[in-house]
Amino acid sequence: MTVELDETDRALLRALSQNAAQTASQLGRAVGLSQPAAWRRVQRLWASGALAGRRLDLDPEKLGFGVTVFLGVKLAARGRVSLEDFERIVGAIPEVQRVEHVLGLYDYRLRVVARDLADFERVLRRRIMALPGVGSVEANVMLSEERLPGPL
Amino acid sequence: MLDDIDRRLLRRMQDDPGRAVPELAEHAGINVRQAMRRLDRLREAGIIRGVRGVIDWRALGWEVAVSLRFTLDKTDPRAFDAFIAAAREVPEVIEIQTFLGRVDVRLNVIARDMADYQRIYRDRIVTLPHIADIEALMHVATVKAEEWLPV
Repeated sequence: MTVELDETDRALLRALSQNAAQTASQLGRAVGLSQPAAWRRVQRLWASGALAGRRLDLDPEKLGFGVTVFLGVKLAARGRVSLEDFERIVGAIPEVQRVEHVLGLYDYRLRVVARDLADFERVLRRRIMALPGVGSVEANVMLSEERLPGPL
Repeated sequence: MLDDIDRRLLRRMQDDPGRAVPELAEHAGINVRQAMRRLDRLREAGIIRGVRGVIDWRALGWEVAVSLRFTLDKTDPRAFDAFIAAAREVPEVIEIQTFLGRVDVRLNVIARDMADYQRIYRDRIVTLPHIADIEALMHVATVKAEEWLPV
């Protein structure tokens, strides 16, 4: 089921995607609503599933994580490997931030953080390459990233 | 530098950034005033950049997500800048990353359905400047997406 939004909902979503720590009165001022009206709309955005959650935005470099790598993983023995097993084990690796099942050149797309390239090599060899059914792995080291507001 | 109490606060906040300060303080074994002081310091140092709302594009009717990986024609020194500037103008592009590796740039593109994706791909993506090669990974399912840092 698709959630229907009006222009005010879209403005609220844009504001929340930038800063989800705002109070209802701050949000109301930003989009031209009273505090109770803004609060009701935000509650509705949560309830409808349009807002899926909140993410704490931390500066990885200041916390000592200097390297982010995107991995394309192709499983070797397809049909024999349990995807559930692979997903459960890869998802439990702390350095693995994102796991997506994809169609195309690879079976899975992973986002991995590490302290530096030596630390990444350790994660790759000891954790990723040791996963059940892993065939080929392609690594691309991230240089820059921007997130855009999207079609709201 | 961070100590174990800071790390405990950050881990708890990553788990749910909506938690109230008294709860964070209790978890870290400190009082509320100490917790507020530590959180202020983490914000001032730029370690905590903010709290972002996560939009569920699928719930809003964007059913298709594709990871498009580009190799650029690097004979033109302005290829990266020109490509990225043009990609930013496409509303359905929600992430842009640049890489060192076989892939130069990745775009995360969303679309309402396959027909919509085809339109975006033909009209807005293949027309981007300096493309040498494109590969597409079609998103099937998200297994893990919290993007926590193992602090």
